Amino acid sequence: MSTTILKKRILIPGRVTEMTLDAPEIAAKAKPGNFVILRVAEDGERFPLTIADADAAKGTITIVYLVLGKSTAILDSLGEGDAVLDLCGPLGRATDIHKVGTVVCVGGGTGIAAMHHIAKGHAQAGNKVVSIIGARSADLLLFEEELSKFSHEVLIATDDGSKGQKGFVTQVLKERLESDPEVKEVVAVGPVPMMRAVAEVTRPFGVKTVVSLNSIMVDGIGMCGACRVRVDDSIRFACVDGPEFDAHKVDFGELMMRLGSYVPQEKQSYKCYCECHGKES
Amino acid sequence: MAKKAKLLPRVSMPMQDPHVRSGNFNEVALGYTLEQAQAEARRCLQCKNPTCQAGCPVEVDCKAFIREVAEGRLDEAYKVIKVTNSLPAVCGRVCPQEKQCELRCKLNPTGQPIAIGRLERFVADSYYAVNPCDAITGGDDCKLLREDLKVACVGSGPSSLTAAGYLAALGVSVTVFEALHEVGGVLTYGIPEFRLPKAIVHTEVEFLKRMGVVFKTNWVVGKTVSIQDFFDQGYKAVFIGVGAGLPKFLNIPGESLLGVYSANEYLTRVNLMRGYKFPDVDTPVAAGRQVTVLGGGNVSMDAARTALRLGAEKVTIVYRRTKEEMPARLEELEHALEEGVILENLAAPVAFNGDEKGHLRSLTVQRMELGEPDASGRRKPVPVEGAFFDIPTDLAILGIGTGPNQVLLRETPELTLNKWGYIQADPETGETDLPMVFAGGDIVTGAATVVLAMGAGRKSAREIARRLGLL
Repeated sequence: MSTTILKKRILIPGRVTEMTLDAPEIAAKAKPGNFVILRVAEDGERFPLTIADADAAKGTITIVYLVLGKSTAILDSLGEGDAVLDLCGPLGRATDIHKVGTVVCVGGGTGIAAMHHIAKGHAQAGNKVVSIIGARSADLLLFEEELSKFSHEVLIATDDGSKGQKGFVTQVLKERLESDPEVKEVVAVGPVPMMRAVAEVTRPFGVKTVVSLNSIMVDGIGMCGACRVRVDDSIRFACVDGPEFDAHKVDFGELMMRLGSYVPQEKQSYKCYCECHGKES
Repeated sequence: MAKKAKLLPRVSMPMQDPHVRSGNFNEVALGYTLEQAQAEARRCLQCKNPTCQAGCPVEVDCKAFIREVAEGRLDEAYKVIKVTNSLPAVCGRVCPQEKQCELRCKLNPTGQPIAIGRLERFVADSYYAVNPCDAITGGDDCKLLREDLKVACVGSGPSSLTAAGYLAALGVSVTVFEALHEVGGVLTYGIPEFRLPKAIVHTEVEFLKRMGVVFKTNWVVGKTVSIQDFFDQGYKAVFIGVGAGLPKFLNIPGESLLGVYSANEYLTRVNLMRGYKFPDVDTPVAAGRQVTVLGGGNVSMDAARTALRLGAEKVTIVYRRTKEEMPARLEELEHALEEGVILENLAAPVAFNGDEKGHLRSLTVQRMELGEPDASGRRKPVPVEGAFFDIPTDLAILGIGTGPNQVLLRETPELTLNKWGYIQADPETGETDLPMVFAGGDIVTGAATVVLAMGAGRKSAREIARRLGLL
């Protein structure tokens, strides 16, 4: 099915954009943790984006993306009323949400948007949600307002100290774990180095920690194994067995290596696209 | 006494030259001309009690259609085939006829059975009915589609397409739900262009659309919609034909290195995503120079021959047993060897080795020898102690089999599975433990052939039609 873009909102000019898509079937089934696969051009690739929010009543889903390469650049060239060629979902296993008490949700970069849907799910299940979000500087923070609607607290870390605590989210998380014995679970979504660092911070505390992995995918429905990750020393598919896994069991080194599989081709594709469209890559 | 007519040999199939074809994706077998087809058809004995039809999983009346070909009535030949086979242009290309109709041909003992598959392909390629309904129902119109009789087919591979065609011809409103962005299932993502041109699949699908079958892509049944949702929406029956698409891995060291692909990933990148045109298309595929393919089945042959076409200098198939035990069709193996694929038999993979950046550099294998026969009657390969060697390789493709895709099964726990994890279905009717839910093809049998899946789709469709009071 193709789908219409109902709303386009620039969250960080030149970087991060939010789109609301008309997708009633997907919205009706979407749960926190799910993702969609998109294709934005006839010769385009299939690429996954986490569902940042879903509204079953309105029949809409929200996606948030950072323009990183050709496919996201094409997506970004579309506006309200335009159609996304192919949209498929909701895919992946939903977040395992139970009422446990206090849950700390950590988000970095565009991962904050993906974390938002999970955090919201935890809040709706009756958990006390502490959101910790981080970016290089205050102007690159996302979803602070949305998160504060249901979070008990929203803690902020910026690299340059322009907002919240100066430093990384992991430092804020560590201090929280040291001072708050009620934290029952930690969820982290963001760049791989951040998720790996979060896993190392929580490990000594023995707190259950879940990460959402952003492997390279082709079909997204368990058919190819491109997204395979090593978890607890066995091969799992991020698309159907995940995308969320126990952070303490994920082989992040292998994930980083596999994410680099097509970097030269990705650069080549994006460069060609930019040259054809008079943009800076 | 009249002298017995000398049996002429089979009319051989024109082929692209191996040296030329290994550099292009055009179809390898070029197809008969009318003269060649008629000459081959005239060899048919027109047996009083033909046995060929019983060898066909969809029961094509081979004798009748071959007679029509011999007499030059291709439209009639097409109708005969189309009554039972909804995808003749596909079957004529990818069926293992040597194990089916041609095996049962009374000329088979001479080594020169009628080339039934080639004739079927010729008929399908030469004649497409202007009115698809005429070919199936013999009338000008399909029975008017009845809005109240809705059936959902899950997946759009050979079993679903067959079920859809059968039911639509009886006036059922069929909707086919496909998870990917293109229809055809394994015919689209799995079988390469040089064996089955995508235009053929496209034509067969267009034919079904003209009969009133509706196709919905990007619908992942189990995720976007559940089986129960279908019944809530007024569907009277559901046919599940989702295939066996879960790729198996070896669980040996180095399997996550860059340059190790499942055959499904490799073929999907090339066939569905057309990665061979990168950067004109956006999905890249590794172009290996020294390619190693693991496994000895048809999927491995497809992967090996694809790698050659993508410019590999050397393509080696590694297989644990000997050439004689390879499960691939002999024709496919011969085509691969003609094109320059190398066999490394009696070798089992032990580890993939990479460089510091994670790129695959070689495959360590262990020499095997044949021991005592195992449960399957084949002599079991046993490792030769200490006999290890390395095969330099920058792209390894695993064609070692597939399992049941879990997406629909996990979301439908009420479906009973067999001990191998496939859907348990009545072999005669395809019915599952859920009322009015039927299943067929690889999701019931495990990976098998296109035509067996079609046969299963047909059986289920017939039972659905019976239950709906149409037969």
